[in-house]
Amino acid sequence: MIEARNVTKRYGDALVVDDVTLRLPVGGITSIIGPNGAGKSTLLSMVSRVMPMSSGTVLVDGLDVRTTPGEVLARRLAILRQDNHLTSRLTVRELVTFGRYPHSKGRPTVQDREHVERAIHHMGLDALAERFLDELSGGQRQRAFVAMVLCQDTDYVLLDEPLNGLDLKHSVAMMKQLRTAADTLNKSIVMVLHDLNFASCYSDHLIAMRDGKVAFQGRPEEIMRPDVLRAVYDLDISIQRIDGDWIATHYR
Amino acid sequence: MRLLVAVIVLVLLALGSLLIGVSNVSWHSLFSPSPDEQALQVLVISRIPRMLAVMLVGTSLGVAGLILQMLVRNRFVEPATAGSAESASLGLMAATVLAPQLPVLGKMLVAAVFALAGTALFLLILRRIPLRSVLIVPLVGLVLGSVFDSITTFYAYRMDLLQSVNAWKTGDFSNVLRGRYELLWVTLGLTCCAYVAADRFTVAGMGEAFTTNLGMHYSRIMALGLLIVSLVTAMVVVTVGMVPFLGLLVPNLVSLFTGDNARRAIPWVAVGGAGFVLLCDILGRVVRFPYEIPGATIAGVVGSVLFLYLLLRRDARVG
Amino acid sequence: MSAERVAVARRPERTLFILGCVTIGCALLFLLVNAGGQWDFVLPFRGRKLATALLVGYAIAVSTVLFQTVSGNRVLTPAILGFDNLYVLIQTCLLYFLGSGKAASLDPRLLFGVEILIMVAFSAVLYWGLFGGGGRSLHLVLLTGVVLGVLFRSLASFLQRLIDPNEFIFLQDRFFASFNNPDQELLLVSFLLTLGVSIVGFRMLRTFDVLVLGREMSINLGVDHQRTAAIILVLVAILVSVSSALVGPVTFFGLLVSNLAHALVRTYRHALVLPAAALVAGVCLVAGQFILEQVFAFNTNPRVIIEFVGGLVFISMLMRKAPV
Repeated sequence: MIEARNVTKRYGDALVVDDVTLRLPVGGITSIIGPNGAGKSTLLSMVSRVMPMSSGTVLVDGLDVRTTPGEVLARRLAILRQDNHLTSRLTVRELVTFGRYPHSKGRPTVQDREHVERAIHHMGLDALAERFLDELSGGQRQRAFVAMVLCQDTDYVLLDEPLNGLDLKHSVAMMKQLRTAADTLNKSIVMVLHDLNFASCYSDHLIAMRDGKVAFQGRPEEIMRPDVLRAVYDLDISIQRIDGDWIATHYR
Repeated sequence: MRLLVAVIVLVLLALGSLLIGVSNVSWHSLFSPSPDEQALQVLVISRIPRMLAVMLVGTSLGVAGLILQMLVRNRFVEPATAGSAESASLGLMAATVLAPQLPVLGKMLVAAVFALAGTALFLLILRRIPLRSVLIVPLVGLVLGSVFDSITTFYAYRMDLLQSVNAWKTGDFSNVLRGRYELLWVTLGLTCCAYVAADRFTVAGMGEAFTTNLGMHYSRIMALGLLIVSLVTAMVVVTVGMVPFLGLLVPNLVSLFTGDNARRAIPWVAVGGAGFVLLCDILGRVVRFPYEIPGATIAGVVGSVLFLYLLLRRDARVG
Repeated sequence: MSAERVAVARRPERTLFILGCVTIGCALLFLLVNAGGQWDFVLPFRGRKLATALLVGYAIAVSTVLFQTVSGNRVLTPAILGFDNLYVLIQTCLLYFLGSGKAASLDPRLLFGVEILIMVAFSAVLYWGLFGGGGRSLHLVLLTGVVLGVLFRSLASFLQRLIDPNEFIFLQDRFFASFNNPDQELLLVSFLLTLGVSIVGFRMLRTFDVLVLGREMSINLGVDHQRTAAIILVLVAILVSVSSALVGPVTFFGLLVSNLAHALVRTYRHALVLPAAALVAGVCLVAGQFILEQVFAFNTNPRVIIEFVGGLVFISMLMRKAPV
């Protein structure tokens, strides 16, 4: 279980994340939603130790992320942030193989190779495995990076806006693949999402942030309500039930 | 009239600079009923020309820097970070090797043509660089300059001219004597020319489309600006040698409080530039008396520190 | 599919092999051509020069590639950020504050050691400030570094002017090395230092590979990024000291070498890129020195040619694509 206690981030006078205490549920998909500047990505970065926190504690399975060696955490928790550009030319398979680094320290074994092939297959990248990343479209590249963090084979997978830059078709494909990963590989996936309806349709749990604090959390049907969303977004959002999903319409 | 105060300070500083040097010159010895002949000689042949040369260089290089910044639309360029100074040295070198009997004026013209070509090449390269960032521009200039520099050094090494090349690169006023600096007066004319055309440069600084929209010829303004910058640079390189950072610092400091209107900025840049070089020259004469440290070396130290301050302070404002 | 992969994988090794052969060929040419039969004199003399060229090439190549890995950029090099000039400045400061008489009487190896220590400390503080803050734009770091380089150079020449001019000319030859006048006394010390650096680096080769993915990805994969970056900066500072002490500062050589090496072997793996870069550097320096001695009859300075070609490469790189 991932647990954040009194986590705070400040830049000078600005409080970006304000004393957040939170338990991220085990299993399934948890999505963090909220307006721009609510501190969603910052919270995710601090939980995953990529960004130091100003104060507070984060425990991953009881291990303090600030004191636990990086390699130990790297076998329990994987993070993918936005904007991953590389200076070197890597093929998809080379990139995904890096996901095994925490386990094999750069000398992949036969089992590691199997993990790599499984992750490539899971993300539908078989035909692209030998291609260089800079020859791929944005969506394909994003899938390659997700394949890498899946290949890391951690219990927790944290993703910062995995749908960023993807068109509708690829967004749906990505969410379905993540859903299968959560269901069949028993992973706990936590992600920051901008699209309310993707969050609602694919998540088991929603966390709504505003002004650096967790405003609400709960199952989609508890969060996808006009009064709750109004308090989060300052916007009148009506909710429709369509085919069993809670859909927000906020275009007018 | 803050400008007036600045001018008065500058004049006092200039008068003070006349008194510094190995041989003893004081106001008392000059204006007593029986003036000291030798002191008077020193004053007329060496001290006054030196002071004038220092101020002319400061004024013209400062203004040239300002104009170049408007043409390139980037705050971080000056003749020494746009390949102008280096290409002028290259031209001077070529003139010295190929036509050693050429008079100084002729050499200066060759250097000016080279400076013009070098600066134009710089602008051309900039146009072809995708995704121009503010800071990549001076970087390109510096690298281009070092390419020119290496050509110069290559030939200088073979022709045994390294010493002269070094002299062109580091402005040193200790050799200025009457009869050896007068070419610099031309730069004053160029500076005035820049002042007359100030409004056009301001407009050109806002971009090609903007300029054309106001019914002006962008390319003509560019050509005029390039001509002024190249001539000034060539003349400074030929007579005393380049002074780094001057064209960068003074316009930047001035624009902090006068804004970017060239008409308002040019007088301040002129006065500030003269003051900056004068201070550097005085420092160079005092620090290790009776030896001298070239003004350019002092300007390099003081200038880079101030420039770093500007850079990092700017960053603090942005992020 | 797998046969194709093997072919792709084998190519960098083959390139390395060819590079190695070319290096040996150049070395032999350099040692043997036009010796005029005076082997007792020519071989040790040329051998020392050859060793210096290879060592310097290795130091510059490795320091540049590592620096580019840790900064995540192919345009930055330690030399462009003023590391070389910092070394010259430290050297000048020592001369100035120790007094030239005392400096001349000291063991040059001891002096070298002190210089390296100061260099490591200084560059760590300085460049940690630049990279550690994070979020600073690359171009700002670049320009700041370039201006710092100018500052170091100006300060050094300022201090050199403060030293008695007559004394300084005497000192110049003794303390400021150049390509034509490499410092032979320091060769053994430099070799040992480089060997030490290489041993430390060799154990971390696979960690360097992970750094290619960037800071956050490296942390995600369990690499202690801060510690690794600090180690790399120290290694780089030592290597730059070695090359500057042996032949003086060279601005664009590292840039040239690392980009050539990346173009030749086209892999992210440091186990292949580093040797390739070192061999490319060795070939350039040895062949350059050979041509210089046999063709130009010493009538030019190799640094000048390097700056010329390197500058053009740099500009063409910028024109081709904006750096990341």
